[in-house]
Amino acid sequence: MKKLISMLVTAALAVTSLFALAGCNAAKGNEGGNGASDFKVGAIYINSQNDTSGYTYAHHHGITEAMKKVGLDPSKDLFIVDNVPEDDEKVKQAIDQLAGNGCNIIFGISFGYINAMEEKAKEYPDIIFSHATGYLSNDKNFNNYFGRIYQARYLAGIAAGYKSLALGNNNIGYVSAWGTEYAETCSGINGFALGVLAVNPDAKISVYEISTWGDQELERQAAETLIDTYGCCVIAQHCDSAQPQIVANEKGVFGCGYNSDMTKEAPNAHLAAPIWNWDAYYATAMKAAMTNPDTFMTEVGNYYEGLNAGLVDVSALSSNCEPQTKEAIELAKKMMIAGEWDVFSGVKLSFSGDAGSVTVEKTNAPLVTNDGTEIVAAGGASVDDGVIQGSMNYYVAGVTQVN
Amino acid sequence: MIDVITLFLFNIIVYNIPLLYGTTGEIMIEKSGSLNLGVEGTMAIGAVVGYLAGAKCDSLFVACLVSFIASGLVGLLFSFLTVTLQANQNVTGLTITTFGVAFYYFIGNALSNSEDGWPKLSGTRLDEQSQAIHIPFLSDIPVIGKALLSHGILVYLGVLIAVFMWLYFKKTLPGLKLRAIGENPGAADSLGVNVTLYKYVHIIIGSGIMGIGGLYMGLNMGGTFEGSNCWINGYGWISIALVIFANWSPAKAILGTLIFGFFNTLRVQNAALAYTFPDTLGWLIKIPSHFFSALPFIITLIVLITSSLTSKGKSGEPQAIGRNYYREDR
Repeated sequence: MKKLISMLVTAALAVTSLFALAGCNAAKGNEGGNGASDFKVGAIYINSQNDTSGYTYAHHHGITEAMKKVGLDPSKDLFIVDNVPEDDEKVKQAIDQLAGNGCNIIFGISFGYINAMEEKAKEYPDIIFSHATGYLSNDKNFNNYFGRIYQARYLAGIAAGYKSLALGNNNIGYVSAWGTEYAETCSGINGFALGVLAVNPDAKISVYEISTWGDQELERQAAETLIDTYGCCVIAQHCDSAQPQIVANEKGVFGCGYNSDMTKEAPNAHLAAPIWNWDAYYATAMKAAMTNPDTFMTEVGNYYEGLNAGLVDVSALSSNCEPQTKEAIELAKKMMIAGEWDVFSGVKLSFSGDAGSVTVEKTNAPLVTNDGTEIVAAGGASVDDGVIQGSMNYYVAGVTQVN
Repeated sequence: MIDVITLFLFNIIVYNIPLLYGTTGEIMIEKSGSLNLGVEGTMAIGAVVGYLAGAKCDSLFVACLVSFIASGLVGLLFSFLTVTLQANQNVTGLTITTFGVAFYYFIGNALSNSEDGWPKLSGTRLDEQSQAIHIPFLSDIPVIGKALLSHGILVYLGVLIAVFMWLYFKKTLPGLKLRAIGENPGAADSLGVNVTLYKYVHIIIGSGIMGIGGLYMGLNMGGTFEGSNCWINGYGWISIALVIFANWSPAKAILGTLIFGFFNTLRVQNAALAYTFPDTLGWLIKIPSHFFSALPFIITLIVLITSSLTSKGKSGEPQAIGRNYYREDR
């Protein structure tokens, strides 16, 4: 009897914890489409749909916002499978489930979903598959999407550059999940560094690689090291939590967050953060798929936009920013939106002048790596492919990885 | 700027003291003959409940008390399942870990999504009370003052708990009885020791101690809840290994924490050391950083292997560990 009771209690505990872990793992809104719209959206998330910050949150927020924009109701027309690891079998199951729910378009937000999505796109030719951060596609119903976040990082770099000039300290720190292994982190570091150097040509950007996407404690210690040992006065970051900004706040230096405006976490330290507005893409994709799914690949295709489409931006500048920052950022932004200049080109911007009269000057200068290799000749065009196809694996001059 | 050696020593303590809480708590439980694999979950529950209560009342004392009680209740559950109901200790412990971590996310996500949001730490009295205490003169001693004598109250409390627990085991009658239960509950029972009561009390207290360790981790992270990374971050598991490392002695647990902490800090600071002392430690930078990330665990493995090979290494292990005691079984 005792055994039985104990087994029951243990089982009950296990079951409740499973539910808590899985959150609302099951798709919601099973009542199906109403008369107003038959269009259904499917989404596969790497983390929980209930996250309040971070990567999955940013995409979930983007999808729900976009649905409202195009007249869909997220509570009825959105089907989610969340906490899906990067495992082909699990992703395929999730896709089958969403296909069974009658989804017309399925978004997969994590890189490792790539093979499963390609395969299932063939199996379900009537469903549009859209994959974030990947590089595969077909000409009928499978595309990939990502954005030029390095443009937003360049703008944040301008804010950091002005801060370092004002403080008379040329050391800038950068806590990064990865270094040159991923073009995503690498182009982010380079974009930020070039932004800093456009304002303060003497700046040194020290990168600390924590070798994981998220570990609060490592992020914290990395920021401490950059500040205490390398004397950094601004801490930028490409990692999950706000710990680097919190440390900057504690230690009385400054910082640039990522993914969301981290001024609320670090009120005295935060300058501006590069942010994503994923709804810009999701609205475009949904609209195209709703109008005519057959022309999706010609209308949308592989999507890789930046400031021009509003997909990326910097958060509102905090009052910690130097007075010239806003004007300089506006100038650089205008050029990138107009398409007349981009970050990784053979043309260098330099900003000068006081608040109210900031001017920008273009000079032809080669894009050089930190070991002296020339990537783009003076005056050459920006290396688009390096970022899009993931071949960027070098740091630009001025960047050193400390560990 | 703090010099790199001071920061290194300081970080060994600041980031690894939760291991001491976890380890001493687990030692107390294992000395009663129970193996509790639920350290991670117990710490998570103590952390989240204690933090929320502490933020509500804006008091570190309340935070500690509540996290002790919350984790103690988890210990009560463990005792009820394994002592009274004779459930398998391993399975129960693992269940508590799954449950505890899930509970942490459940509460955290629910609160973050609520209107008031997750309570902030910065600027509160709770924050102030958990900050480092400046001891006149002592904290000003170069290097040692900053590294050893400039910590928050919970750091000192963790060391005190370890010392008192060591005295308790060695010098007091209840400590002796507890050790007897861990070695041979049948013999202790026949001498009139209330085995069930002793197990209940020590499992509850041990779990409560773990809870304060979890609370410390939360406070050390600035009290921010992240949906993707639990405060405890695997420290509960390392604590279980450290118990063997320390040969079931709370005093050696302090040493074990410092040694593990040394390698744990080296993984972050290796580059800074090489940068500051290029002539003597410059070679550190040539070793891939991933090796340093693995190092604390390689060391743990080596210690587990060597302590298993020598009989002396496991001399402190309670003989009856992991087996439930049922009087009628004899």
